[in-house]
Amino acid sequence: MSTAQFVQYLVSGVTQGSVYALVGLGFTMIYAVTRIINFAQGEFVMLGGMLSFTLAVSVGLPLAAALIIAVLIATLVGAAMYLLAIRPAKNASVVSLIIITIGAAIFIRGLAGVLWGVNAVHPPYFTGNNSLSFLGAFIAPQAIWIIGTMVVVTIILHLFLTYTMVGKALKACAINPMASSLVGINAKTMALIAFVLAAAVGGVGGVVMAPFAFTAYDVGVMLGLKGFVAAAIGGFKSPLAAVFGGLLLGIVESFAVAANWGPFTSSYKDVVALVVLMLILLVRSGKLAEEERAG
Amino acid sequence: MLARLTSKWSYLAIAVLFALLMLVPFNWFLGHYTTLAIFIGIYTIVTVGLCLLMGYTGQVSLGQAAFFGMGAYISAILSKTYGVNPWLAMLIAAVMTGAFAYIIGYPIFRLRGNYLAMATLGLGLIMWVLFRELGRFTGGPDGMTGIPSLSIAGFVFNTPFRRYFLVWFFCLAVLLISQNIVRSRTGRALRAIHGSEAASESIGINVDQFKVKILVLSAVYASIAGSLLVYHLRFVSPQLFDFLASVRLVVMAVIGGLASVWGAIFGAGATRILSDELLLRFGQWDIVVYGLILMLVMIFMPEGLFVRLKELYERLRLRYKRREA
Repeated sequence: MSTAQFVQYLVSGVTQGSVYALVGLGFTMIYAVTRIINFAQGEFVMLGGMLSFTLAVSVGLPLAAALIIAVLIATLVGAAMYLLAIRPAKNASVVSLIIITIGAAIFIRGLAGVLWGVNAVHPPYFTGNNSLSFLGAFIAPQAIWIIGTMVVVTIILHLFLTYTMVGKALKACAINPMASSLVGINAKTMALIAFVLAAAVGGVGGVVMAPFAFTAYDVGVMLGLKGFVAAAIGGFKSPLAAVFGGLLLGIVESFAVAANWGPFTSSYKDVVALVVLMLILLVRSGKLAEEERAG
Repeated sequence: MLARLTSKWSYLAIAVLFALLMLVPFNWFLGHYTTLAIFIGIYTIVTVGLCLLMGYTGQVSLGQAAFFGMGAYISAILSKTYGVNPWLAMLIAAVMTGAFAYIIGYPIFRLRGNYLAMATLGLGLIMWVLFRELGRFTGGPDGMTGIPSLSIAGFVFNTPFRRYFLVWFFCLAVLLISQNIVRSRTGRALRAIHGSEAASESIGINVDQFKVKILVLSAVYASIAGSLLVYHLRFVSPQLFDFLASVRLVVMAVIGGLASVWGAIFGAGATRILSDELLLRFGQWDIVVYGLILMLVMIFMPEGLFVRLKELYERLRLRYKRREA
């Protein structure tokens, strides 16, 4: 493999990985605060992408406005999901909560299918599509947008969690819900904030990704699964670990496809992520089981 | 053979159900709905397995369509491509699917709750990708057509009327076997596991072994149902076993009441009628409705719709009795 090819696959892996990282961030936030795995996480990404297409192309809003409104709507859906489906289920078991978030996922997906139809759509590029050349590899401007957005979102999130009162409260809630409620942190409000942030981050992932890879009403499941893999690599502990997990997964996928060996042709790209998922789950299973019992 | 039923009413209910089922495919009764009833029978078989797994043992499976699809594809490939007798193909499919479930069972049940759910979801997606991509064997995204029919000594199950009785024979057999399991020592062990794994372990229940046994059983049920599906449709394609297929199965189990064997008929029936008769015209609306059902049932009656209805009936009956006395 030449340097140029290597760089090409690396960049493509990091680009894909950035999207997984954003989804993984959402998983981590919600899980840390509520101990819920939100199976609808991928749907926020789908919503961001599809809404940005509708607002920018069908409605004809200026691109920036379309992107912002798309993210806002995805965020509202996240808040609505928490308030209408998660909060009313008091004392629900883990199984019930899983089924509720699955229900929310297919509900959102089904509505998207009804609204937008089954065809893939392609929102406009943010800044054209003239590839830049870098060490012999070609990099699409949209890829830079994706990677840049991921970096900015991660930094903002990190600053938010470290330096603001609400962020610190979220962290406290994640570390010890009982103790944090004793010092006056409202766990329900924190859960709502976690869902809002997760949906917003997912929506952002959706709007930056959509012009790069086509998007459709049904992309949520696979993206959700890969974001989960990213968060699982990071152990659902810190947002930075989820970002690392996402990038790692993207790069592994990209090079597995590059190897083009035996089963690893591009049609099996998704299987790579799934096999990684299985391996992580099995390797970490002892530890995960303990946490599940403790949490 | 039958474990004792709780009252004479249960016997009566089952007798009435039996009689109704016998009459369904005749034209003067519900003959128009024979095909629908066949689907209900097939999906009931899968749902019963899922109910045992989710309701009694408390283990989530979001990838039950993987086993369903394995049964379907192994039967289809063996009987069509390799000319194996369809019955033998069905048996081999059940054995292979069961063996597969056994092999993945121990590692996968080291996981619990959320992680188990994700692992099973991943399993379902892997199988779906394989069905699609192993085109040489499976016919790829288009699937396979021209799969032979089942037959017994020259009697070919080539009309819906005949297949109806075949499918419901299997379905009732599965229901009775499952009911016996639930009322046996195994069933009590399963409920103990659902209650508390640590406590079950402490009274000498081999928790992992029971979980794997039930997974294997549910996989074999799903495989048999898958085989019946391809011999009925004489066609197979990956869309039948995608992520939504697994979710639909969960919907059936949830409506039926997770911990209820007979509720499975109700769950499968309600869901198929909803999909095939009421919502067919509305395209994507059926998954919207399923999503709503899942959320509402889990928020307001986590034991399942059927179980709640049964409770309501019992309460009314008691009140009526009291008034009489």
